[in-house]
Amino acid sequence: MARLVIDPVTRIEGHLRVEATVNGGKVKDAWSSCTMWRGMEIVLRGKDPRDAWAYAQRACGVCTTVHAIASVRAVEDAIGAKIPDNARILRNIIMANQNVQDHIIHFYHLHALDWVDVVSALKADPVKTSELAKSISSWPKNSATYFKAVQDKVKAFVESGQLGIFSNAYWGHPAYKLPPEANLMAVAHYLEALDVQREIIKIQALLGAKNPHPQTFVVGGQSTPVDPESQNALNADSIAFMLKYADMALEFVEKVYIPDLLAVASFYKEWAGIGGFNNFLACGDWPDANGKMYLPGGVIKNKNLAKIEPLDHKKFKEYITHSWYKYSKGDVGLHPWEGETTPNYTGPKPPYEYLNVEGKYSWGKAIRYEDLPMEVGPLARMLVAYGLGHKDVKEVVDMVLKKLGVGPEALFSTLGRTAARGIETLLMARKTKDYILELAQNMKKADTKIADTDKWDPKTWPKECKGVGLHDAPRGCLAHFVVIKDGKIANYQMVVPSTWNLSPRDHKGQRGPVEEALVGTPVADSKLPLELLRTIHSYDPCMACGMHMIEVREE
Amino acid sequence: MERETIYEGLVRKGVSRRDFLKFCASTAAVLGLSSSFVPKIAEAMEKKQKPVVVWLEYQDCAGCSESILRASKPTIGQIVLDVVSLEYHETIMAAAGHQAEKSLHDAIKNYKGKYLVVVEGAIPLKDGGVYCTIGGKSAVDLIKEICKDAMAVIAVGNCACFGGVPAAKPNPTGAVGVMDIIKDKPVINLPGCPLNVENFTATVVYFLTFGKLPAVDKLKRPLFAYGKLIHDNCERRGHFDASEYVKAWGDKGHRQGWCLFQMGCKGPFTNHNCPTIRWNEGVSWPVMAGHPCIGCSEPKFWDNNLYAEAEKNSFYAKAVGLAAMAGIANKVKTE
Repeated sequence: MARLVIDPVTRIEGHLRVEATVNGGKVKDAWSSCTMWRGMEIVLRGKDPRDAWAYAQRACGVCTTVHAIASVRAVEDAIGAKIPDNARILRNIIMANQNVQDHIIHFYHLHALDWVDVVSALKADPVKTSELAKSISSWPKNSATYFKAVQDKVKAFVESGQLGIFSNAYWGHPAYKLPPEANLMAVAHYLEALDVQREIIKIQALLGAKNPHPQTFVVGGQSTPVDPESQNALNADSIAFMLKYADMALEFVEKVYIPDLLAVASFYKEWAGIGGFNNFLACGDWPDANGKMYLPGGVIKNKNLAKIEPLDHKKFKEYITHSWYKYSKGDVGLHPWEGETTPNYTGPKPPYEYLNVEGKYSWGKAIRYEDLPMEVGPLARMLVAYGLGHKDVKEVVDMVLKKLGVGPEALFSTLGRTAARGIETLLMARKTKDYILELAQNMKKADTKIADTDKWDPKTWPKECKGVGLHDAPRGCLAHFVVIKDGKIANYQMVVPSTWNLSPRDHKGQRGPVEEALVGTPVADSKLPLELLRTIHSYDPCMACGMHMIEVREE
Repeated sequence: MERETIYEGLVRKGVSRRDFLKFCASTAAVLGLSSSFVPKIAEAMEKKQKPVVVWLEYQDCAGCSESILRASKPTIGQIVLDVVSLEYHETIMAAAGHQAEKSLHDAIKNYKGKYLVVVEGAIPLKDGGVYCTIGGKSAVDLIKEICKDAMAVIAVGNCACFGGVPAAKPNPTGAVGVMDIIKDKPVINLPGCPLNVENFTATVVYFLTFGKLPAVDKLKRPLFAYGKLIHDNCERRGHFDASEYVKAWGDKGHRQGWCLFQMGCKGPFTNHNCPTIRWNEGVSWPVMAGHPCIGCSEPKFWDNNLYAEAEKNSFYAKAVGLAAMAGIANKVKTE
């Protein structure tokens, strides 16, 4: 049986290796391995809990902000800080803006080239491309002249002989199904999206000084002041600034992303039957003033949308049967509160050809919920909300399913995962505007409170306390756990979306979600693993985050 | 096929002379050069071919790659298509696995002695480098192999320059920066967490314009970007001089843009051009947004907090201790 290795898996954040066996043109088995580890939680030990967000934020620069949010929430939970309403809204804006920008980058720059053949775009008729584009969207840049200019640009680039990031790719692969005109339209939007992502993230730059790695989170609230009567604080001008970019984001999602998603998906409907998984977990997020989450949390087992169970983090357990760690109690599952960290590399000495997948083979742990592997991310969130009858989600999901002419069962697939991300982007682009207007309402009331300053001094904290910070990040449920003793971090743990999705096998030999989803994937040419990349990328792996390590408690 | 110059490529792709000169002018501004240098930059672009760049990621968070995606002068689209020939970059390249490795090997073979290597992320040395492997090879072996025939190496972000967050105490994986491994090539450090993309494009353009790497300080940081303290150019300096300090998040001084020194600002001890070039096309920078500088362009900035009691060692409290060392504590006390 052919053993296929993809290392590095590119167009992701971080370092991922996938090995798979292929037989009869299909994947028989697969193993996903995280191949980089930094020991972030070890670094956090002994630090001031108020600083933790800044370290934790560096878990990832792609889903930047998300670890900062989970971290301040964990510490706030531990010390009993209550964030003021302005801080809640500011965080909601930042999270929604992150979600939209992150998903746009994923769809166009990390995922699209799995479906779009750049070289085929050179053969397109710009007039027909324009007709296609106009038939699906009223986006202003739909003229034949525009597409001709893009085509000329790509042609000039290809003729220069220096293909750069587009060299040695899968152009001409039989799994590409789009006609040249659709490819040209997608290539044009790939380039436009590069500009859009840079512009719309300016919301975060305004609220958080810079992006990536905004610098505005503090335990108890936010550090960017709100005062409509000051030029050194968020004021009416800031509201106008943010609305401009929120409008830009929403227009792009409505007129480009969603039409592109539907157009591309219509050529790849067989992928509605490939790459699915059974169990889903969401923690929910975007709290309103009463604490109700805009997107709800919940757990789905065996695709049963009729029975959504409430999430309880106490049912998390991590196994290391196939991970490069050892536990003092042997091969058991540990809840993050009781987690241990002892790296124990038993893999082959580099340079190596193959991993020993019978033994330990990843720096990622196998996180399980009631001993089941769980998929997290946009699809999990959309399914949980859909199952619970969420009005906004149901409306957009049903619209997409109707336009593609498929039923809800199609969601359990690679195509469904990619569609769910687009659906969520539309919802969050709308919500971004709502949250900005909510901030304006608070300003109008002269509410300038941005942090719970009563809890800033560690002397006000209990001698010992612990907390959990949950955030449904773009890639899925993110949980930070902190134990504080005498004002210092005694234990810090992160259970990250890619820890769930890219997990290796567990103590029972159950595959992780990506490993399972890859089984059965058609492979036209095992030397050119395009089809595997489709399913892997549909999970939007983020490996620096996923390299999760649990801290030994201080004795 | 004869490779065309950068300007020829731009013209062929429909970039106007006017836009081209605007790009040259904005680059001169970032480099801190007078407008008389604009023709020189333009001339270099007209004559030089696109430099070949190989971008490597090791113990990173891809934050510096994301920063590159936010480039505006030129945009990332222009960088990738027009300004440099980016032969390898795992976060954005189309090919994966063996095909990706082929792109890397082709580049270092075909452009031997002529390519620039950019490194993002630290390199772990402990336990034979098992904490970061790509294609089954350790990061430390890979970087030596790839830099062997490079023209120069640019380390981006604090991790690649000084070890960054992976090297924060107790440095669990023995992480180091590029200059601790590559000794026989010119190395330029562009720290920051993440790198500010303006400093990257300015460095590349400096190289193209003057045919050499920029002058650097003893930490190998270009003087045009890291030659001055944040404090020296801070827009809140007047409030420092007037002893007007923020005391709590959201207090009157905070809302009025007073000095963040007593909230822990590291601006007085940090060399970086944040106050002048800012971030995301000049939208903001940490102090402007009301948060103290955390000193992210300095070596070991993550470790500054480990030596004292928790109360005194947070980002927010530490500056007072440093101030005492710097002999300016009296100024704070008399406030």
